[in-house]
Amino acid sequence: MGRAYRWLLPHPLLTLLLAAVWILLQNEFSSGMFVFGLILGVLIPKLTAQFWPDRPVQFNPARMISYMLVVMWDIMVANVQVAWIVLTRPNSKLRPAWIVVPLDLRQPEAITILAGTITLTPGTVSADLSSEGHSLLVHALDAPDPDAIRDEIKHRYERRLKEIFA
Amino acid sequence: MTLEIFGTYAVAICLLIGGAFALIGTIGLLRFNDSMVRLHAPTKVGTIGIGALLLASIIYSYVFSTGSLHELLIMAFLFVTAPISANFIAKVHIHRRACDTPPKPVEDQTWSTLDLPEADRVLVESTQA
Repeated sequence: MGRAYRWLLPHPLLTLLLAAVWILLQNEFSSGMFVFGLILGVLIPKLTAQFWPDRPVQFNPARMISYMLVVMWDIMVANVQVAWIVLTRPNSKLRPAWIVVPLDLRQPEAITILAGTITLTPGTVSADLSSEGHSLLVHALDAPDPDAIRDEIKHRYERRLKEIFA
Repeated sequence: MTLEIFGTYAVAICLLIGGAFALIGTIGLLRFNDSMVRLHAPTKVGTIGIGALLLASIIYSYVFSTGSLHELLIMAFLFVTAPISANFIAKVHIHRRACDTPPKPVEDQTWSTLDLPEADRVLVESTQA
């Protein structure tokens, strides 16, 4: 049973995601659409399975949703802050800085999500990963105290991601 | 009737918010003087600007015609792809030395963009000299 399940659904979350995207694309919900979405959701992961060297990592969906809510809220706040800096701060008073964030995360998926989150939130853009993947290079728009920003990234986002991908 | 009036105002407010944020993002792109700093304004302000415009589109479709949720897909794809394009622009700046030299990483030798094969390094140095 377990083997049949794994053979049919190598990537269960991708199956659900593909079905949901299909239904959203159709713009109307009917049972036929749902079934066809599920068929696509089973076929596409099977056909593309060769392209993933490893099985997808397991993560905790409930914590993922709470993480997404935190990030959404931070994006709202970040936008207002950045807009305020753009409108009021002259170039000479801006203190841009590079920040090196040492990473405790090891899974590529988790690091990708962390880098994406950093780019979307308060005045920071993730610029590069070190050659062995042990630290992340972040550029801050206005950093009076770069260490504080590094600690906030580690505490607010990385700690949560570690729990999600535990 | 009241729903339509309410919907009209909601759409108008969302359009104004989206337009304002998109304008601020463009002002930031033009105004800042450092290549890395310029990257900040459009990546962040752009997401909420377009988000508000798409929200206006969703409200409009639900109030004035049959509803549409295509906008959610646009938003999802935008949030997934925006950091990647920003990351690549940042990598180009680092590669072309168009910004301040980044500090050394904590554990590893160097940043992956600066980690060139020997032949490429000679090429880069000859173009910069």
